[in-house]
Amino acid sequence: MIKTRKSYGNMVFDTIVYVLLGSITLIAFFPILYIVSGSFASVKELAMNRFLLIPKEPTLDAYRYIFSTNTLMRSMRVTVMVTIAGTVVNLVMTCLMAYPLSRKELPGRKYLMYAVTFTLVFNGGMIPTYLVVKAVGLIDSYAALILPGAISSFNLVLVKNFFQEIPQDLIDSARIDGCNEVGILTKIVLPLSKPALATFTMFYAVGHWNTFLTALLYLNDSKKWTIQVLLRQIVILAQGGIGDEASMGMQFVIPSQSVKMAVIVVSTLPIVLCYPFMQKYFEKGVMVGSIKG
Amino acid sequence: MKGQKNNWNRIMSYKWLYIMLIPGMLYYAVFRFGPMFGLIAAFKNYQPFLGFFDSEWVGLKYFIRFFTDKSFMRLLGNTLTLSFLNLAFFFPMPILIALLLNEVKCSWFKRTVQSVVYLPHFLSWVVIVGISYTLFTTDGGIITEGLKRLGFGQINFLASPGWFRPMAVMQNIWKETGWGSIIFLAALAGVNVEMYEAAKLDGANRFQQILYITLPAIKTTIITMLILRLGHVMESGFDQMYNMQNAMNRDVSDVFDTYVYRMGLVNGQLSYSTAVGLFKSLAGLILVLSADKLSKKVGEEGIL
Repeated sequence: MIKTRKSYGNMVFDTIVYVLLGSITLIAFFPILYIVSGSFASVKELAMNRFLLIPKEPTLDAYRYIFSTNTLMRSMRVTVMVTIAGTVVNLVMTCLMAYPLSRKELPGRKYLMYAVTFTLVFNGGMIPTYLVVKAVGLIDSYAALILPGAISSFNLVLVKNFFQEIPQDLIDSARIDGCNEVGILTKIVLPLSKPALATFTMFYAVGHWNTFLTALLYLNDSKKWTIQVLLRQIVILAQGGIGDEASMGMQFVIPSQSVKMAVIVVSTLPIVLCYPFMQKYFEKGVMVGSIKG
Repeated sequence: MKGQKNNWNRIMSYKWLYIMLIPGMLYYAVFRFGPMFGLIAAFKNYQPFLGFFDSEWVGLKYFIRFFTDKSFMRLLGNTLTLSFLNLAFFFPMPILIALLLNEVKCSWFKRTVQSVVYLPHFLSWVVIVGISYTLFTTDGGIITEGLKRLGFGQINFLASPGWFRPMAVMQNIWKETGWGSIIFLAALAGVNVEMYEAAKLDGANRFQQILYITLPAIKTTIITMLILRLGHVMESGFDQMYNMQNAMNRDVSDVFDTYVYRMGLVNGQLSYSTAVGLFKSLAGLILVLSADKLSKKVGEEGIL
């Protein structure tokens, strides 16, 4: 008797949980679905406000339009290149610095760690950083999107901590076999850190793809714009007179809703395509919380 | 003498390690500590044509100007209001999702939910704001249009001061709830299953189990995350604020970062905006250090 009552309560509870999560998921997925299917709808259908989720006459017009000039493709190409080059620089710089710092016996290591930790809690801010980038002559160059953020202190500390976990015996025996420090790093430490490095590659790469502020600050030439800055120009500013900057550098007519949606889809596609691979790593590798030296 | 030589030998034996450090140290010197020296500009009347050293010292002039300007209270108010709205409405969401996911036994359902709710974290703020613009535009956005047909009238979500904060918090909830739940799920994975068995024998129902076992088990994680957030109440996120900002909502959407950008790089008041930025960085530093202390006081590891 009690058992049936209990399982009845269980069923009600389970139903509530599944219904709640199911609705949250649907609500969370709706915007993405709407944007994707809207990009295939005709201008007329969207303008008549009849469009909900399935376009009645699916068309590629929006995609034809955005690829009719090379503005979007150029920006995508540039962003892909900055992402690849930037991520390589990030990984090389981070690993090169993390490895010596992971060696506890290294004289002077403590002071370097103080300096790195300090940058975690304090920075010069937007304007002084801009002045430094300008002083070293990087304005309007793609290096400005790569060098000022070459190492994330947060990632550096995490990589260093990961390297420290590698058994000292392995390092010692490699040294006895005649390996120098460069060899130990490339033949022992890095291969053993593959899963961790995959996670950091992902974080760095997504960061480059999504970067907006640095491109806004350091690239004045609109021909050099990366995808996020171009996206702002097409999707957010081109609303027809709501922003005070709407007149800034606009050379084209106000794009239709389906064109805006198509631009959002294209510029997000690389992230979505990589998402299944990324998922494998980030769930294992959540590294929030303590980053003690 | 001999000691010195030994020291030298010791350092030389690490030669390769030091060589490896060179690129990183150069990077930190130029791009991390360079700007910190550049903060001196806040105490000078920095003129690009005079250069850094020849510009005249003005002491605290720009700080006084900022603190007596009416923008100061507005920026501080906007920043803190947004942070506390996020604490009140966003912060509980990841915990809620984690608690719900923890009750799901069906693994394909769990994976599907997780895949969907984690995804927005990887989208840029420009994309998030762009999606909001398409959904909420008065020019036929599906949500504006739907509400109009339901008799709510024409609501201007994007260009009215009243809707700016709710929109910003909603975007944040959509973007970060799933991602934020991962840390709580990790904490939940460590809860001892026997506790639930014992509770079941004592006649506790599922809701009571959550209340008396699950929640206490992740209490420390919740407190740590809360303290961590408190340490960052001065941060509003430039990308989101800047992209959501327009002439109609500037009174409520202007925060320190957008103000520094506008004053410094659009209006060219480099010294003044450096002073504003320095104030924000210092306030942030104090908050983070206090949060770290607090976190250690309640028996946690601390952030640093």
